[in-house]
Amino acid sequence: MHDKTDLTEFVTFTVAGQLFGLPIARVQDVFKPLRITRVPLAGAEVAGVLNLRGRIVTVIDMRHRLDVRHQEGDAPMAIGIEAKGESFGLLVDAVGEVLKLSVTEREPNPINLDRKLAALSAGIYRLDGELLVVLDIDRVLDLRAAEAAA
Amino acid sequence: MDELLREFLTETNESLDRVDSELVRFEQEPNNSSILGNIFRLVHTIKGTCGFLGLPRLGALAHAAETLIGRFRDGMPVTTDSVTLVLSTIDRIKTILNEIEAHQHEPAGNDGDLIGQLNRLTHFEEMRPQPAPGAEANARPQPAAVAESRVKPAAVAPEKQPADKSSAERSDEERADRLAKHSIRVHVDTLDQLMTTVSELVLTRNQLLEIVRRHEDSDFNVPLQRLSSVTAELQEGVMKTRMQPIGNAWQKLPRIVRDVAAELGKQIELEMHGGDTEIDRQVLDLVKDPFTHLVRNCADHGIESAAERRAAGKTPKGTIRLAACHQGGHVIIEIGDDGRGLDVARIRARAIEQGFASEAEIAAKSEAEICDLIFTPGFSTAARVTSISGRGVGMDVVRANMEQIGGTVDLKSVAGVGTTFTIKIPLTLAIVSALIVETAGERFAIPQLSVLELVRTGSSAEHRIERIKDTAVLRLRDKLLPLINLKEILRLGESDGDHGFIVVAQVGSHVFGIVVDGVFHTEEIVIKPMSSKLRHIAAFSGTTILGDGAVIMIIDPNGVAQALGRATSLAPIDSAKVEDGEKADNEQLTPLLVFRAGSQQPKAVLLSLVSRLEEIDCSRIENSDGCHLVQYREQLMPLVRINTQTGIKQDGAQPILVFSDQDRSMGLVVDEIIDIVEQQLDIEVASERPGVLGYAVVKGSATEIIDIGHYLPQAFADWFLQREKPAARVARKVLLVDDSAFFRDLLAPLIKAAGYQVVAFASAAQALAAIKSGTRADIVVTDIEMPDMDGFDLARALRENPGTAAIPVIALSAMVSAETIERGRGAGFHDFVAKFDRTGLIAAIKEQSADLHQAA
Repeated sequence: MHDKTDLTEFVTFTVAGQLFGLPIARVQDVFKPLRITRVPLAGAEVAGVLNLRGRIVTVIDMRHRLDVRHQEGDAPMAIGIEAKGESFGLLVDAVGEVLKLSVTEREPNPINLDRKLAALSAGIYRLDGELLVVLDIDRVLDLRAAEAAA
Repeated sequence: MDELLREFLTETNESLDRVDSELVRFEQEPNNSSILGNIFRLVHTIKGTCGFLGLPRLGALAHAAETLIGRFRDGMPVTTDSVTLVLSTIDRIKTILNEIEAHQHEPAGNDGDLIGQLNRLTHFEEMRPQPAPGAEANARPQPAAVAESRVKPAAVAPEKQPADKSSAERSDEERADRLAKHSIRVHVDTLDQLMTTVSELVLTRNQLLEIVRRHEDSDFNVPLQRLSSVTAELQEGVMKTRMQPIGNAWQKLPRIVRDVAAELGKQIELEMHGGDTEIDRQVLDLVKDPFTHLVRNCADHGIESAAERRAAGKTPKGTIRLAACHQGGHVIIEIGDDGRGLDVARIRARAIEQGFASEAEIAAKSEAEICDLIFTPGFSTAARVTSISGRGVGMDVVRANMEQIGGTVDLKSVAGVGTTFTIKIPLTLAIVSALIVETAGERFAIPQLSVLELVRTGSSAEHRIERIKDTAVLRLRDKLLPLINLKEILRLGESDGDHGFIVVAQVGSHVFGIVVDGVFHTEEIVIKPMSSKLRHIAAFSGTTILGDGAVIMIIDPNGVAQALGRATSLAPIDSAKVEDGEKADNEQLTPLLVFRAGSQQPKAVLLSLVSRLEEIDCSRIENSDGCHLVQYREQLMPLVRINTQTGIKQDGAQPILVFSDQDRSMGLVVDEIIDIVEQQLDIEVASERPGVLGYAVVKGSATEIIDIGHYLPQAFADWFLQREKPAARVARKVLLVDDSAFFRDLLAPLIKAAGYQVVAFASAAQALAAIKSGTRADIVVTDIEMPDMDGFDLARALRENPGTAAIPVIALSAMVSAETIERGRGAGFHDFVAKFDRTGLIAAIKEQSADLHQAA
């Protein structure tokens, strides 16, 4: 059916009930965030910093980043990402399975997608019974753009 | 890159750096054979290697230079022109080398211009008749002869010189050779990598130590001790490999100074001391440019022209002095000149002109603060842009660079004597000692570098935080320190009471206190760079991992100081952080304590008179015979109301102002303390009401200025009497003459409080009449501007009468000008005091009465 090179593997996770995916190549590791040190005066998206095996990881709270704050309680998982030589962790509610999806099946954002979500989305996959939003990690980490938009 | 080529570049660059500083000496001592030998060797090596590596352009240039320098070696006289030519040839060689480094091949172009000049000079000198060898030796200036006499007796024939020279050269080479055998070249990256690894090792060791601390009697104790000391040794060793003498950053300076001096026609000598002081390579790289800039500034702005110097009674030759030394974990570097010093008036004018500060702000600044303005971004005093300085890039960059590495730059300038910059930089960057503090349950690290001392505070402690609405201050050994509550500036909550510690920190010349909840210990921390997402937060300079594995933020004292509005007083104020706190330690202004009592109209007293602010539990206030008393510091302290409208609260806390003198205190009951305001005290409307000196505009509203002198006797009828006792021995009587009742009321209590008897008169005529009718007057203090008979007339009248001619007369004047002083001297005034200079007045009275005492 699909050409093998056509397939991308996505690490999937949920934030406030929505399913998201990140290309596996961009994901360093998945870990339980322990002892997050909050950083005073930092934006709400920055949950803090933590020590992951000697590396200092800046933790981004995805609920704040996506502006879905209704869910209470600590986000129990983090996805480790490296960008421009720095380590980041995305706080998410749950990490799901790794999915192999074809590039050709990716669809553009529906025009009525939430503005904030649309700004971070690199496209949509229609799976059985739910939608998967592919995150553009570089835009997720561009917090200044987030501030400007807010 | 080709291994051979790389080796060639590294070696050549090193020798170029060395030769650069020697070239300048070469000009001063053109016949110093060892300098000439070094330069010759360098050019010779370049020439030789170029042929080998196939670099024809460089080779040709080096060949021409070698020929000329060879002539010098053979005894051809050295002229300034030829030195300049050699210098520009070296510059060209450097440019080409840089190109080769970047592109790995020689750049296009040719050096016909330089080669032509070099050849011309070589041949021009050749065409001149060569002096006989003997005459040549005699013609040599003294230094060379002296240098040689060290090697051999002066009587040795000059013909032998060449042989001796080459033997000296040989021994030089041998020494270098021997050194080379004991050292190897290691790439800097390797060292950096090693340093990072050691840093990680230090962290892991700290973690282990933390674990063992929790399990006493562990079997790990002994091996861990060993590991700990080995780690420390390793750390020290690796640090040592990265150490370089600071002189490496100075090598280019003699040349720069020479060029600036030549361009501006000045005579400048550069003195360098402590060049062998070692400093971390990374730090060295970062301070190179700031050094260059500062030295260039000294040469350009600091040192005057020879004529100017002579006119000022100095030696025509100016001196720039560089000195480095170790001090604790820092290197202190002083860069100073003996030039004209900073032009404070000019800086002031430029600051206003360029819109860095308003005239009022400038007027309120001390000289040191004005000088500090030169570190403001964009600030430049140069009237015109020269090729040397005045481009507005500079001092701000110097300070920013230094602060970036945890260093500081301070400046001291004395007009006509010179300017000195003192730079304090940490020995190494990666590992620093930090104080771990806690606030709002979170830990933070404060670099030990900027911590002066720790002060414990609390109601029972010796030092207490005094709080005036939003402004917290600490009195510490006669200094009023502004305080910043870490909890508040990090928005971690409201400060809760005054318990905790104050970390007294210094940034530049500003000393302030950081209030924290607790202080743990000091720890060697490895600074990890701040996440790019957090770098905008000025309060932090980085992150670190503690021994227990937790990540904490490193506080940047510079950033914290900004919250005070001190360090950035000229920068645009961009946040709500800068509010009232900034005014706490400005000394030129009069600090006023503003409060409300009895009415809505604000009242104020001089803060300097207030010894404490208290809130007293109303249940502790006792009423005795209509007097309110409270037990305070194991004494009964009377409470005084400002007027009958001021009620003493029935319950809750009653704010009072405590005035103390020797062992007695009085509490002034107020409704509410509003603020501390610093401003120039201009009493605009005098008051006839007792207890009120007058009215002034404070923070935009008319405010009653309270005369505390009026209230003190209400608390203790004998307050002043008691004060007078020590003075009674002399029993000086001061006659105060002023047509303004306001000033009489203002000054009379003041003079009285200083221990004198005072009799006040509203006119000179009244005073004269009183003296004639027998009123004793030891000292007369008089206003100058008065209707009918003014101060001059009064002084003259007193002089004319032999009975009163000896009475010292002190004049009070709203405007003290040279002219009035001159006129006053003629009229017989002994001293002049500005009307509002009350301390000055007391000092003058004291001085005059002391004279009297001696005379008597």
